[in-house]
Amino acid sequence: MMKKILSMFALVTMLGLGFTANTFAEDAAPSADTEATTPVADAAPATDAAPVAAPAEAAPAQAAAAPAPVPNKGDTAWMLISTVLVTLMVIPGLALFYGGLVRQKNMLSVLMQVFMIFSLMAVLWAIYGYSVAFTGGSPFFGGLSKAFLAGITPDSLGATFSKGVYIPELVFVGFQLTFAAITPALIVGAFAERMKFSAILLFMVIWFTFSYLPLAHMVWYWDGPDAITNAASLETVVANAGWLWAKGALDFAGGTVVHINAGVAGLVGAIMVGKRIGYGKEALTPHSLTLTMVGAALLWVGWYGFNAGSNLEANGYAALAFVNTTIATAAATLAWSFTEWSLRGKPSMLGAASGAVAGLVAITPACGFVGPMGAIIIGLLVSPICYFFVAKVKYWLGYDDALDVFGIHAVGGIFGALATGVFVNPALGGVGVVDYVANGVSAYDFGAQMTAQITAVVTAIVLSGVVSFIAFKIVDVLIGLRVSEESEREGLDTSAHGERAYHS
Amino acid sequence: MKFVSAIIKPFKLDEVREALSIIGVQGITVTEVKGFGRQKGHTELYRGAEYVVDFLPKVKIEIAIQDDLLDQVIEAIEKSAATGKIGDGKIFIFNLEQVYRIRTGETGVEAL
Repeated sequence: MMKKILSMFALVTMLGLGFTANTFAEDAAPSADTEATTPVADAAPATDAAPVAAPAEAAPAQAAAAPAPVPNKGDTAWMLISTVLVTLMVIPGLALFYGGLVRQKNMLSVLMQVFMIFSLMAVLWAIYGYSVAFTGGSPFFGGLSKAFLAGITPDSLGATFSKGVYIPELVFVGFQLTFAAITPALIVGAFAERMKFSAILLFMVIWFTFSYLPLAHMVWYWDGPDAITNAASLETVVANAGWLWAKGALDFAGGTVVHINAGVAGLVGAIMVGKRIGYGKEALTPHSLTLTMVGAALLWVGWYGFNAGSNLEANGYAALAFVNTTIATAAATLAWSFTEWSLRGKPSMLGAASGAVAGLVAITPACGFVGPMGAIIIGLLVSPICYFFVAKVKYWLGYDDALDVFGIHAVGGIFGALATGVFVNPALGGVGVVDYVANGVSAYDFGAQMTAQITAVVTAIVLSGVVSFIAFKIVDVLIGLRVSEESEREGLDTSAHGERAYHS
Repeated sequence: MKFVSAIIKPFKLDEVREALSIIGVQGITVTEVKGFGRQKGHTELYRGAEYVVDFLPKVKIEIAIQDDLLDQVIEAIEKSAATGKIGDGKIFIFNLEQVYRIRTGETGVEAL
């Protein structure tokens, strides 16, 4: 079946190119005859096909008759800006957010870890990451056909969520690169101030390859909307798609792929690397909450690219994701501050910044699926839950997740993933799930949707947990996880990097 | 000659400096310090991690004066640095053996 589609795709592409000039204004009938084996009765309705060409894979006969789709410049511009915004989240946003939270003697080590991980992942993404995540293969792991970005040119097209609408594939490669780069960088907060720099880099390569890429493939890989024209083609798409995509799990911008994935790796890391010297006895206080606030604010701003950009098109759904990102984050900021105020007597700046990040995490999987009122509820609920984990559970269980990667990203991500399944319901203000066969909204089924969401959450926890455990073990055997006690007391800035952040 | 070392609340520094210039004190050395006395520290909370901060920030001023200025200096500091609340600080008085002005080599009261 796959071979047949592929060969047809190749044939049709050639035909399309050959006939573009003289078939543009003509009836599709003549060329349809050349593809008599494929019935086109169920092909996409005219509303979807015109004026842009019906894409080749979906309706071969029509594609041959119409010109190849041309990416919309507005979509392309928006996605390039979104890519820049996500880069802003990592360097400098995440780096400063984390940097401010560590002690002065470890400031540069955290900045350096984030900076280097971003750069390392960017290169790995081009070499094999993109191919493994976004080509077909098994439902769990893609192939290597696009390794070294083979065959991707400025003319290559990437699917969006609308039939007949494409963006340049290179834009998609660049946009997804930033996601692949921020996710490993998030993990470093869990074992900040004590892990060997070389060990971090090696761990990240292993984890990126065996946890991030498979999960991105499972959740996000599919053939695109134009491949779906009828129930039969839907089945083909589902069979070819990533495992969790096929289950119907919803993750708009990466709650599962990015946040649960990174958060669980952080928890495993915090436990396996061990507590910082002096944890629970000495004051391990943030050295600059000013920089942490700057970092959190950059994360917030950059997150518009992350969330609204995940729509891949500049349209009303991008606007929905955009608005939801703002108000869920605002609600979560308020909720964390009021929680802290009522329980501890004072609302702190760090609390407000933490609430904002928790809100951003929770709305990430939901932002293009829920309505604004759903977003407010998600924001209001996520903060008390995350607060409970970082202020209580962490101390009860005794692990030293230094910058609360698990307590905010995994916990917020899990809550967001489940809340997405609830608030996507059109009866609760959500926009529902698109049915690409009927070209409308599918009927909402609470049980089925929550089953899919829970499956995705459990998959992410198990995958990341197991891969992280094995990866830390390997790194421990090869180079060891921790710096020496002397280096840790001295601070990683001078002991690992030979420089100091501040000279007074 | 006397050497006066006073620990005061940081925000009182300007008032103290002003009061001392009025009575003719020629120079002051100021240091930001931390310490504890009877005033208790405070608690800081970072995402639920609670730290008791025992050492509070204070300012230490040091003045070298001739003997006859001492009472005025003490009075000036006491008045200008007082808030009436715990933590206002202390004044320590030492006998000063000798003073040298590095530039000219003058000694004693001449060097003050």
